[in-house]
Amino acid sequence: MPMRAAFHRAVLAAVAILAVFLIAGASHGAESIEHEFSGSLDVDGRWYPQTGAHPDQRAHVSGLAVEPKLHLESGGNWSFTVAPFFRYDGADSRRTRADLREAYLLMFGEAGDGEWELRLGVDRVFWGVTESQHLVDIINQTDLVEHPNKESKLGQPMAHLTWSAEWGILEFFALTYHRARTYPGLHGRLRSAIVIDDEHVTYESAAKEWRVDLAARYSHSFGPFDLGLSVFDGTSREPFVTPHFDERGALSLRQRYEPIFQVSVDAQLTLEAWLLKLEALHREGARNLLGMEEGYAAFVIGGEYTFNAVFGSAADLGLLVEWNYDERRERSNSEFQNDLFFAVRLGLNDAQSTEIIAGVLADADHSTRTMSFELRRRISDQWSMKLESIVFMDVGEEDIIYDTRRDSFVALNVTYNF
Amino acid sequence: MMHAHLVRTTLLLFAICACVLVHPLAPPHAEGATPEEKGLQIARDTREKAKGFGNFTAEQSMVLRNKHGQESKRQLRVKVLETDGGGNKSLFVFDRPRDVRGTALLVHTHKNKNDDQWLYLPALKRVKRISSSNQSGSFMGSEFAYEDMGTQEVEKFTYRYLRDEPCGKLTCTVVERFPTNKRSGYRRQIVWQDKSELRAWKVQYFDRKNSHLKTLTLGNYKKYLGKYWQSQEMNMVNHLTGKSTVLRWNNYKFRTSLKDSEFTRTGLKRVR
Repeated sequence: MPMRAAFHRAVLAAVAILAVFLIAGASHGAESIEHEFSGSLDVDGRWYPQTGAHPDQRAHVSGLAVEPKLHLESGGNWSFTVAPFFRYDGADSRRTRADLREAYLLMFGEAGDGEWELRLGVDRVFWGVTESQHLVDIINQTDLVEHPNKESKLGQPMAHLTWSAEWGILEFFALTYHRARTYPGLHGRLRSAIVIDDEHVTYESAAKEWRVDLAARYSHSFGPFDLGLSVFDGTSREPFVTPHFDERGALSLRQRYEPIFQVSVDAQLTLEAWLLKLEALHREGARNLLGMEEGYAAFVIGGEYTFNAVFGSAADLGLLVEWNYDERRERSNSEFQNDLFFAVRLGLNDAQSTEIIAGVLADADHSTRTMSFELRRRISDQWSMKLESIVFMDVGEEDIIYDTRRDSFVALNVTYNF
Repeated sequence: MMHAHLVRTTLLLFAICACVLVHPLAPPHAEGATPEEKGLQIARDTREKAKGFGNFTAEQSMVLRNKHGQESKRQLRVKVLETDGGGNKSLFVFDRPRDVRGTALLVHTHKNKNDDQWLYLPALKRVKRISSSNQSGSFMGSEFAYEDMGTQEVEKFTYRYLRDEPCGKLTCTVVERFPTNKRSGYRRQIVWQDKSELRAWKVQYFDRKNSHLKTLTLGNYKKYLGKYWQSQEMNMVNHLTGKSTVLRWNNYKFRTSLKDSEFTRTGLKRVR
């Protein structure tokens, strides 16, 4: 695993430099450094009622994850945060892994009428407003082996400079190392028929994973209207997957990453009980499903309406509708090429913060319906739980998620928060 | 949803603290005024006395109790900055329960339009703009609702002075007030405030059917900066469900070195 090793070395170097900095800082004023330790321990089990579509797939998966976080702060002008992530998975060895989610130094101060902020190190950045997918969110690589909802992200090494004032927030990113997407292994579910290689990753750029990617973002709130405009010039986070035959003729799938250029907008209008949302992008340089380079536009548009105090109780009921569209349609390598998302969110507003979300993603071009259900509830001050199910229905052979058609599951997570 | 609860919690908590920031030197009320004018004047005086605190930080703890006596706790840190325009900026960071640790809410309150609210979710590092139109309903099982103290803008009610009566060793004015917001869960409220310092000591809440739903009692007042009275303990009892919530304020610090830049979306992402 040469690239992983390189990344780990880079991270170790960064941590070592920061440690020296901290020790130096500490020797000047050890009494002024505050620290805080927090985190979570999560035990999870997933059951797949149907046997896998591919050989070697397991029906039951259980494991645990730990995500501790250490935060050091001095004088209010700088802080250092480190948050590693560890998961053990009883079935899929690819899912047993460690990652550095965060390890950054944060500094900030005044700049004219506004403020500057600099974050150096490994961090996570989120862009966007919609719920069914996070179309414009591009800084961090998806940790797909963690969860198919793509909300779990790998730590990204970067320098992140922010300048903000009355006129809004301007951010610049230099992303110094590219991380390949994680994929389930041989015994895992929710994967392609052939396991995607995570060791032999190829790049179009000669600098490979060391190409420095650049991004910038402007965001501001105009009364009830929140706007974000972003540009990204760098290595794609979505790989193009190519078949590869080794010398013995065995077939594998390899990830290949191209440089892309993307402009995007995300906006939300907040009007009383209505939230109206839009995410849209235009991307150049990426390959489509046929392996051809094709510039394209894609968007998510929709809204959410919340009824308060429903059924004569304290509960809130939210209704969500979003339309996901990618103009490449059948040539798109996204499952959101033309899909409608409907969801109901019920918050009971009880002492346990019980919340239920049920949704369906309906493919307007194919027969596929993906149902999702989630129940979250606090058990005590430190314990919480989540019951979740994803059900794939009527997945047609033409659909990009056809390989996962038998991977509907039920999952239970119990989390200890400290 | 979990964040909706948080939002309502923090809003009402802020509202409560805005409510009880009162000035000791109340001018005498106009004599010969109608009960409506008299009630309005008391509300205006109360609001006027709350101005000029600059900023403060404090810690809040809450104990929620159901009718069987089972308890659950909430803990958060609060920062409030007074702004020139008449609104305030406030930041709330949750410490307990642990599953929402590090979650933070930024509120920019406005006098004549809806408040702006952003919620920071640390697990995704996501900042979400959320709606502030939610008025009634409890949060996280607590007996407080967002509107229970409103943002205490004078314009959010119409008033009617009822009477003066003794409250402990003090003399209180008793004023009835009627929410102007159609989304309010109440038909009316009755407020007891002492005449010397304008501190609120008791509020009764009547639901839309005019049943006596809840009673809030405030106590343990302390004076800050020589003129701002702040209740350290508030107890809300729901007469229909038998549930109650005790809210305690600790470690108040006024006129600290809070900066405007802490109350921005960038500042929101820096909380821990």
